[in-house]
Parts: sequence; structure tokens; C-alpha cells
Amino acid sequence: MSEQGRVITYADAGVEALREEMARDTSIVYIGQGIGPRGGNFRQTRGLWKEFGDERLRDTGICELGATGVAIGAAMAGTRTVVDEVFLDFALEAITQIIQQAANISYMSNGKIKAPVVIRGAMGAVRNAGAHHSHTFYNWFANTPGLKVALPATPYDLKGLFKTALRDPGPVALIEHKSLYNTKSVVPEEGYLIPFGDARIVREGKDLTIIAMSRMVDLAAKAAEVLAQDGISAEVIDPRTIVPLDRQKITNSIRKTGRLVVIDESPSYCSFAGELLAIAAEDCFNELQVSPKRICSLGVPNPFSPVLENQMIPSVERIVSEVKDVMSTSRRKS
Amino acid sequence: MSEPVLTEQISQQLLLDYYKKMLELRLFELKVQELYRNGRLPGFVHLYVGEEAVAVGVCANLEAPDLVFSTHRGHGHALAKGVPSSIVLAELWGKSTGSSGGRGGSMHMYAPEYGFMGTNGIVGAPIPLATGAALSAKVRKNGQVVVCFFGDGAVNSGSFHEAVNLGSVWDLPVVYVCENNLYATEMAFLRATKNTSVASRASAYGMLGVAVDGQDVVAVHDAAQAAIKRARQGGGPTLIECKTYRYVGHHEGDPGTDYRTREEVQQWKQKDPVKLARKRLLEAGVEESKLQAADQEIEQLIDQAVEFAEKSPEPSANSVHDHVF
Repeated sequence: MSEQGRVITYADAGVEALREEMARDTSIVYIGQGIGPRGGNFRQTRGLWKEFGDERLRDTGICELGATGVAIGAAMAGTRTVVDEVFLDFALEAITQIIQQAANISYMSNGKIKAPVVIRGAMGAVRNAGAHHSHTFYNWFANTPGLKVALPATPYDLKGLFKTALRDPGPVALIEHKSLYNTKSVVPEEGYLIPFGDARIVREGKDLTIIAMSRMVDLAAKAAEVLAQDGISAEVIDPRTIVPLDRQKITNSIRKTGRLVVIDESPSYCSFAGELLAIAAEDCFNELQVSPKRICSLGVPNPFSPVLENQMIPSVERIVSEVKDVMSTSRRKS
Repeated sequence: MSEPVLTEQISQQLLLDYYKKMLELRLFELKVQELYRNGRLPGFVHLYVGEEAVAVGVCANLEAPDLVFSTHRGHGHALAKGVPSSIVLAELWGKSTGSSGGRGGSMHMYAPEYGFMGTNGIVGAPIPLATGAALSAKVRKNGQVVVCFFGDGAVNSGSFHEAVNLGSVWDLPVVYVCENNLYATEMAFLRATKNTSVASRASAYGMLGVAVDGQDVVAVHDAAQAAIKRARQGGGPTLIECKTYRYVGHHEGDPGTDYRTREEVQQWKQKDPVKLARKRLLEAGVEESKLQAADQEIEQLIDQAVEFAEKSPEPSANSVHDHVF
């Protein structure tokens, strides 16, 4: 993919994906709160209402359950929709429609009905928002057959993954991260698609594999930078979509390095990080030099106090320190 | 849309059609009951016995491309929308020829090829879905009308409130049909809510609400005809409350007598929708022999459905992964 482009924000990259796809596919309808004239709480729909109007950008009152069900029903009837939960936390109000209806419909109908709906929401901690606005339960969606799950970590990936989601035949949970909206990267002006199930090798390395998702990708890359100064060569991989998962690229890397560390903003218990360790055990057991490791948020609700929340969520320092422990562990006797 | 009931002749012909359809629903469910009690059908079934006039009276006004969203008690809605009894029964049997190829069963059967957008295992959930399908129809300007059936149990749910509000504020071409059979599982409606008039709730959303005798297929037909016409012309949704009753328990296996009296059940059976329509036809001068021929025709139809479903192959076990995405 061309590196030509402009430096734009994550929020604007999402807007650009929507603008291109809504112009291309006139059936797309976008439903959510504050997504019309206001342009989105995170500026994630800025300018679209002026272009596409009330008919296609449908502001609702505070009714995630109704709005999500409406988006799914419209999709079942042949209109591609996006439902913006804004904060992923609020998808909990609508979870029955997402899991019971959208995810199941293709299977229950023997493939006769599809629900091409993008369920959009921003997860994770930002500016000490507290327990109700900081959840990272993206892994719950991945445990539901029938749902695809994309976790864009950069503006470039958001544009490409969003556009792919808007062409997928079934429901896609597009889960952004609140603290990424103002981050910037080079994004080509022309349209491009990023296929689902295609992991990105953020940084090549030979001593260990670090897998990270969403905001944790940036932390992992920064940690790898620090580790390099100490002579540790970390390969950093971002799966980008966890359903479908690029199992091949991930296991190839683990086999190459013999060490795996996963960085996850979700708590470790029953997490996607746990799934990656299971994959390493199943597919790469003979090549693993040491026990794989999870560096996750602590298993507590997001605390309000900055001191406590910083303690909860993985940091570059913690990643560097724990990776060094992993590297100092002696090789397993074969 | 169906012909309006204008002359005695048309009225008789239409009423005979409705009678036959209601009888099909009735005999289908009684056959399902028999098969289920004999251990022939897997899963769980919720039967529609006693409520036939609602599905038939409403669906008689729909065109083929119009859509219906249904409930856990939905076999009757599927048949009334035109889904053949053979593929409905095959689905209840878990057969590969069923409307969902055996992947759905009673509460998850879909036949979009007949405009039937599914029964549903979750009370209240189809109301947002139907509202969304109506949004799709409006945006695409395809002239479709969407009918959403649900019971009195659904109207106290958040799904009802949120979806009906959106349907109304966006003037969507949807008709909300509440089958108020007085009990949500075992919970009497008057114990579940202070306001037992479902129709009156429409005003809370700035919407038209009407209540009709759900045992009278003509009354249901007329109310639905007006609502569907309004919806198709861009006049927005209507809430129709059909006062009806289920003769059977909540599901097969529930005797349905722990929370209601036998006298109450018997009283409602006096207003049986199938018998009422038959009586009206006889009074209008239709010959008994003509009705007997109709009865026989429907009995044969059900027998054929049983034969088809019974002889149909099971799905291939290897197909278990198909259609997840």
C-alpha cells in the first residue's frame, strides 16, 4: 500500500471511510446519538450530515436498544447500516440485539437473511472517565459465532478496516479506542481496503513476539524501541481483526522467536490474550522457549483516580520490565 | 391489497378464504401438538390455538413483498403470510427441507422468500427489528409495509417503548399488532401493568391506537386494512390491540390451568374464531357441503405436510459450520 498521503487524525480517517462508502453505496444509513449536526461526540461523523442529510444520518434520542435493533432490522431487510453506540460501554444496553439477533441471523435462517450492519463503538480508558465509560470487553464479541471484530489501532487501519466492514455481508463490530481519536498518521487520499484476517507486522524482530491490540499497539511499539536499546529485538504484531484472526502470521512469528508476550487492555482472565496463549500452546508448543506471558489491565473496574487507573492499565515501563523478565528466563530444555 | 368487502358475494368469498386459512392454522397446530406429545418433534413449541383470526385477518391485507416479524408463538403468522405448511412443519422437525434447513426450529424460522422475517425466541426483540425493516422500506421507497406481531408480554419491555417511539417519530410504514391474550407465560396482564389498555399506549408516542375483537376475523381485517393503507401512504405506524386468548398452555407441557380458571378458558372458546366464521358463512347462505369440502381440503393439506416433513432428510452433520457468517 502506498505511503503517499496526508497526516490526518484517527477521527478524520473514520469520517473519510464513511464519506467514500456512503457516496459509493447510497443504501448506507447511519444511526446514533449526536451523529448528525453535532458531528459526533468524538467528531467521528464531522461534516457528514451536511453532505448526506437527515435521511441517511439519523440522530436518535437515548435508546441504544431500540436504535441498534432498528439498525439490525434495516440491515436484515436490505439496507446497509451503521449503528454508533459512541461509547462501546453503551452497547451493553443493546447487547441482546447484537448477540441474539445480528450474530445469529445468518445461521438461524440457513444463510437466507444477512445483516450487513456495522456496530461501532469506542472502548478503553481515556482521561479518567471512570468505570461506566472505560470498558474494553471487545473479547465478548469475539466469543460470539457470527460476529466479526475489528480493532483499528491507527488512522490508516481505521480507514481501511471501516471500508471493508462497510462491504462485509454480515455484522461487524468495529471497535475503536477513545484515546486514539486525536492520534495522527499518514493516510492515503484514495480509497483502499484492508482485508479482514490480515495482521500487521508493526516491527520486525527476532528475540520475542509481542502481540498487541488497539491502543496497546502504540505502547508495544514504544516498549520495543526501548528494548532495542538494550539489545532485545522484539517483533510487534497487531492482529487488526480478531475475528477472523490471522493465525498464520501470528504462529509463524512465535515459531521464529520462541517467545510470546501479549499486551491487552482487557483484564487477563478469560481474555483474548488468553486465547493467543492457547494458540501458542496448541500450535507452537515445541518451539516455545519459555512460558508465554500476558501483560493485561488488572482485574478491577476502571478506577477514577489517575494514580489508580495508571496502576491498572499496562504502561510502557511495565511492558519493558516484564519483557526483560521473560528474556532473562533460561531456555527450556528440549 | 385484498378486495374491500363490498358485496355479499365478495364478502362471502373472502370470508370463506379466511375461514379456510384459519382452519389451516388450527389443524396445523393441533397436528403439531399431537406429534409433539408423541415425542416426534424435538425442542419446544408454543401453539397459536385460539388466536387464528389475528394472523389471518391482518395478513389478508398484505402483498407478497410486505414483511412480517413474528414471535415465539409464530407458526400461525408464518402460515398466514403464505409460508407453506410443509416447510414450516419440516422446520419444526429439524429437517433439511425446513424453512431454515433445520438450523432454526420453532422460534427461529425464517422464510424471506415469502416475506416472513422470522419467529423469535426473545420477547420484544422483533419490535425494533420490524421498525428497522420499515426504515429500510422508507429509505428505499419500495412501497413495502411491515407488520410486527407481539404479545401483551412484550409491551412492558424496553424494546417496545424504544422501537415504537422511533417508528412513530420517523413516520415509518409499520403496523404494530399486539395479540393481547391476557397472559405473558403465567403472568396475568392486569397483574403486570396498571394500564391494561394496550391501544391507549399509542397516544404516549403520538400514534394512532385501536382495539379490536381479536376473535372476529372481519373486525381484525378491517382494522388492519385501514392501518396498512395508512402506512403505505406515508401516514406512519398504527398500534392495533387484538383482544384474544390462547386455549393451550404457554408452551406444550404447560397445562395452562395453574394461573387461569377452566371456566375462563371455556368462556373464550364460546367465541372461537374458526367456529364464528363458519357460523357466519352458513348464515350468509353458504351451503354446508361447500364448507365440508373446504374442511376436507385443509385436512388433506395438513396430512401432506406431515408426509413431506416426515419423509424429508435430516441435515448433513458435516454442514454444521455452514452459514455462520
